[in-house]
Amino acid sequence: MVSLLLIVTASLFFTGIIIRTKSILSGRKGPGIFQPMKDIWRLFRKGSVFSETSSVIFQIAPSIYFASVLMAIFLIPFGNMPGIISFKGDIIFFAYILALGKFFNIISALDTGSSFSGMGASREALYSLLVEPAFFILMGSSALLTGHTSFHEIFSSLHFGSHISYAVGTLAALVLIIIALVENSRMPVDDPKTHLELTMVHEVMILDNSGFDLGLIHYATNLKFAMYGALIANFFLTPGYELYYSIPIFIGVQILFAMVVGFVESFMARFRMNHNPQFIIMLTSISLLIFLGVLLILGKFV
Amino acid sequence: MIIAIKNNQTIPLQSIPVLGYEDFLSLNTSYLKDEAKHCLNYFGYPTEGTLKLICCVANDTDNTIMISSCVLNQEKIVYPSFSAQHLSFHIFERELHENFGVQYSDHPWLKPVRYAFNRADKNSEIANYPFYQIHSEELHEVGVGPIHAGIIEPGHFRFICNGEQILHLEIQHGYQHRGIEQLFLCRKSLLQKSVLAESIAGDSVAGHTTAFVNLWESLCNYKADDDLQFSRTMALELERIAMHTGDLSAICTDIAYQLGSSVFGRLRTPVINFFQEWCGNRLAKGLIRPGANHFHFTEGLAEQLIKVFDAFEPDYLEAWNELKELPSALARLEKTGVVTREQSASIGTVGMVAKTSGIVRDIRATHPHDLYQKLNHQPVIKRHGDVYSRTQIRNEEIVQSMRYIRGMIKKIPEAIKDRAPISSAQKNSFVISLTEGWRGEICHCAITNETGELIHYKVKDPSLHNWLSLALAVRNNEISDFPICNKSFNLSYSGTDL
Repeated sequence: MVSLLLIVTASLFFTGIIIRTKSILSGRKGPGIFQPMKDIWRLFRKGSVFSETSSVIFQIAPSIYFASVLMAIFLIPFGNMPGIISFKGDIIFFAYILALGKFFNIISALDTGSSFSGMGASREALYSLLVEPAFFILMGSSALLTGHTSFHEIFSSLHFGSHISYAVGTLAALVLIIIALVENSRMPVDDPKTHLELTMVHEVMILDNSGFDLGLIHYATNLKFAMYGALIANFFLTPGYELYYSIPIFIGVQILFAMVVGFVESFMARFRMNHNPQFIIMLTSISLLIFLGVLLILGKFV
Repeated sequence: MIIAIKNNQTIPLQSIPVLGYEDFLSLNTSYLKDEAKHCLNYFGYPTEGTLKLICCVANDTDNTIMISSCVLNQEKIVYPSFSAQHLSFHIFERELHENFGVQYSDHPWLKPVRYAFNRADKNSEIANYPFYQIHSEELHEVGVGPIHAGIIEPGHFRFICNGEQILHLEIQHGYQHRGIEQLFLCRKSLLQKSVLAESIAGDSVAGHTTAFVNLWESLCNYKADDDLQFSRTMALELERIAMHTGDLSAICTDIAYQLGSSVFGRLRTPVINFFQEWCGNRLAKGLIRPGANHFHFTEGLAEQLIKVFDAFEPDYLEAWNELKELPSALARLEKTGVVTREQSASIGTVGMVAKTSGIVRDIRATHPHDLYQKLNHQPVIKRHGDVYSRTQIRNEEIVQSMRYIRGMIKKIPEAIKDRAPISSAQKNSFVISLTEGWRGEICHCAITNETGELIHYKVKDPSLHNWLSLALAVRNNEISDFPICNKSFNLSYSGTDL
C-alpha cells in the first residue's frame, strides 16, 4: 500500500521535474512542476473524438493500457513491505502485464489506419522486443542471487556485501534507468517534444487519441516513470530502514532520476533511428555482465 | 547571333536573337555542357498570338548572361525537350507545358508545377492529381501534409517506403498559388509593385526586393547611389545572418538537441530586431524601395549594430563549438541526405545546395551587384553535400557576413536628401536581375511593351531548382531522417508556388 501511495505521489511531479530541469538548463524559467498534471486534468474533463474508421479496439485500448500499468504498480514492494499483490513468479507477471498494455496500444494504433501510427507501432514493437531480454536477465540474475522469484522477496533479501555486489547494484540501476527511458519513449531513443510525425515513436501512436483517453495514456506514462523509479529506489532501500529514512530516500531517488532524464535530454541529440536497436541490445550485454557478477558472488564459476 | 549581357542590364527586346526551335535547343543545351554555365531562367510569354520563349544562361567565368529566344506557333506541334539533353531544364519545361500547353516528345515527367490560375488545362487540378505509385506488397506509402506540421508552409510529400527506408519521394506544390507574376502586371503603382516583391517569400524580403529594385532601376535607367547600394547590401547580409542562425536552431530542434535549439533561437532575435530599429519592421519590409531610401543607415545605427554583434559573436561561437563537437549531433548530421556533385550539376542546383556539393555558384562572386562589386566575395564551398555540409556552410557564411558588415560600417555613405525622382520604364525592353539571397540565386526578369508597361514579369526563387535535390537526397535514407534533411535545405514553398 505504501508503495502504491508513494508511486502515485511521485507520478504527480515526475514529468514536471524533467521539464523544469530542461527549461532551467536551456536558460528559461519553465512551467511549474505540476503543470503536466494540470494538463492531464484538463484532458480528463474533455470528451474523446473517435475516427469513423476505427473500431472498438481503439476505444478500449487506453483503458487497458492504463489498467496494465496500474496492475504492474500493485506488484512493486517498498523496502521490506510487499506490494498490494505479491506471489512467487510475479516478476514474470510484471513484464507480461506491461506487455499486454503495450500490445493493446500497438493494435489500437494500427486500428486507426493511419500510415504514421502504423510506423510508430512497428518501431515501438521492435524496441519493446529488444528490451525484454535485458529485463529478464536482470531480474533472473536477482532471482538467482537471492533464490526468490517475487519482487518483495528479492528486494527484502537483497543486501550489499562485497565489492562485486556494489558493482552489480550500480549496473542494475543503470539498466533500469535505460529501460525506463526506452519504455517511456524518452531521449535518446525517442523525442517526446518533437512535432515531426516521421521521427516519432510513441507520440505518433497516440496521435488519434483525444480527451479523456489521451489523458489516461499521458498519466499512465507518468505512472510508469514513477514505477521504474520505485524499482530503482528498491535497490537502495536495504531492509531494516524505518519509514522516516526510506520515504525521503525514495523521493530523493525519484527526483534524482527525473533530473538525470532532464539532463540527458538537454545536452545530447537523439539517436538516428537505426542506431536505436544497437543501443537497446547494449542493455542486454550489460545485463549479461550483471549475470556474470552474480555468478561470481555465488562462486558458481568452476 | 548571341547576345551576352551583364547582371541588371536592360536591352531592347529586338536585340535578343530569335532562333528556330532546333537551333534554340542545340545552342542552349550545348552551353550547359560546360559546368560553369547554368540555366537562370527559361520562360515563355504570349505575344501576337504566338508563344515567345526566352532562355537565359549564366556564364560564371566571365560574368555574362547569354540570352536567346524562339517563337513557337501555337499549333499542335510536339517538340523535342531540352530536358532530355540536360535535366536542369526540367522544371522550366514543366511550367511551359502547364501554362501554355506546349507538348514535348521526350520530357521525362511533365508533372504540373503549381497549378497556376491561368494554366492551359483547367481540368488538371491538385485534387485529382495521380501521384506516382509503385505497386508492391512490400512497400507502403506515407503522405505528409499539405497541412503544416509546425510553422512551415503547405506542401505535400508522398513517400514510397520499404520499411523505414525511403525509395521515392514525390513533392507536390501549388497549394498557395497567389498569382504573383500576374499581379506585377496588374499593380500599376511602383509602391504596390515593391510591396508585392516583399511578399514573394516572407523569409527572403531583402533578397527578392533587392532583385526587384535593381531590375526596376535598370529599366528606368536610374543609377543607384552609394547610399542605396549600401543599405541593400547591408539588408541582404543581415538577412543571411538572421535566417542562417534561425536555421541552425531549427536543425538542432529536429535532432532534439535542446541546447543548440534554444541558444541559436535566442541569437536570431537581436539580429532581426535590429531591422525593427532600422526600418520599423523585423523582416525588413519597407526598407528597400526603387530610387528611394526612407531609412538612412546612421552612425547611431552602426554603433547599435556593433553592440548587437559584440553580444552575438561570443555566444554564437560557443554554441557552434558545442554543436560541432557533439558526437550524438554529428551522428545525425553526417552522411545524411547526400546530394552528390553529379546530381547537383545535372539538376542545376543553385545557392547553398550547389555550394555544399562542390559547385561554385554564388551571384555575389560571379555576377556581383551593389557593393559586392567592391567586396571581392569568396564563396564558401563544401564538398560532401550532406546535412552536415549544409550546417557548416551556414556557420561559415554567418561568420563571413559579420566580417563583411563590420567592414562596411567603417565607411557609411552620406545620406542623400533630394534624389532625382525615378523616371518611367524604357519601352520594348528586356531586363534580368540576379541577387544572391540567403537561400541562393534569385532571378527576376521583366519585359515591357511599346508604352513602357510591363507585359511579362518572371520571378524565380532558388527553391524552384532545389526541390528536386531534396527528393533525390532522401532516397535510401531513413524516413525518420526526412525532417532533418528538409530543414537543412529549408526551401521556400511560397517562392515556388508564387
